[in-house]
Amino acid sequence: MLTALFFYLFAIVLIGAAVMVVSAKNPVHAVLYLILAFFNAAGLFVLLGAEFLAMILVVVYVGAVMVLFLFVVMMLDVNFAELRAGVLKILPIGLVVGLLLLFELLFVVGAWVTAPTLVNDAPAPPPAEVSNTKALGQLLYTDYVYLFEAAGLILLVAMIGAIVLTLHHRRDVKRQNIADQVARSPETAVEVVQVETGRGLQ
Amino acid sequence: MTVGLSHYLTVAAVLFTIGVFGIFLNRKNVIVILMSIELLLLAVNINLVAFSSFHGDLVGQVFTLIVLTVAAAEAAIGLAIVVVYFRNRGTIDVADIDHLKG
Repeated sequence: MLTALFFYLFAIVLIGAAVMVVSAKNPVHAVLYLILAFFNAAGLFVLLGAEFLAMILVVVYVGAVMVLFLFVVMMLDVNFAELRAGVLKILPIGLVVGLLLLFELLFVVGAWVTAPTLVNDAPAPPPAEVSNTKALGQLLYTDYVYLFEAAGLILLVAMIGAIVLTLHHRRDVKRQNIADQVARSPETAVEVVQVETGRGLQ
Repeated sequence: MTVGLSHYLTVAAVLFTIGVFGIFLNRKNVIVILMSIELLLLAVNINLVAFSSFHGDLVGQVFTLIVLTVAAAEAAIGLAIVVVYFRNRGTIDVADIDHLKG
């Protein structure tokens, strides 16, 4: 009973927040609603018994990705009202396509059946005596270790790509060149001159 | 009033639809398009975790972890491209991005 209550709470807030994400005028508000949506999705994950993924969703998504979105939205000086021009023209098409997709998906949800052989011989049932995190780790670091390494590689490539894309050297800024400074010798730096009395240097 | 697999699948279907609708609605603002893609991936993740939980098979959660990884990488690269594009052109209107004349 309590589970059902919390399911409906999380689901309704999740969908409401998602609607606000796509319809908010201010993109900062959209990002904040997306954070709310991710929190509620994490709640659904907890209800499903996937605590590790729920925490990952909060830590990685809310903590890192959404903050990145927030930084970019606040950093770019864009006239967002101008970008929303013509929304009303596209709205009917979007509604038609969205509703069609929704009905198709709901037909699938309403009509699907699981093959009777599939349910009972699951490849990796969750061990009953260990926690979700431990069971997931035992699976991830043994059978799916290559997938895990591939995920790490994807993150590495993404990190390098993001750095390469956004790093740019400004030409109009004077910078200290330490190698040049260290490589200076007395021959190039010091000049001994004989100053005549009363004349000075020109 | 027990919550079954179909409930979760319905929530994920509605979320997916909202994501697609968001791409239609904000077809000029690339940041909101990226956020809509995050919604789509979240819907997929809810599906995977729901099936994993109700069928007693943890592999679905492993896949969810990979999807989360790819989504994070996609967001980082996408936002980097947006920042570079804005630096060069001063706008993020998707309709203006036609330099390659594709």
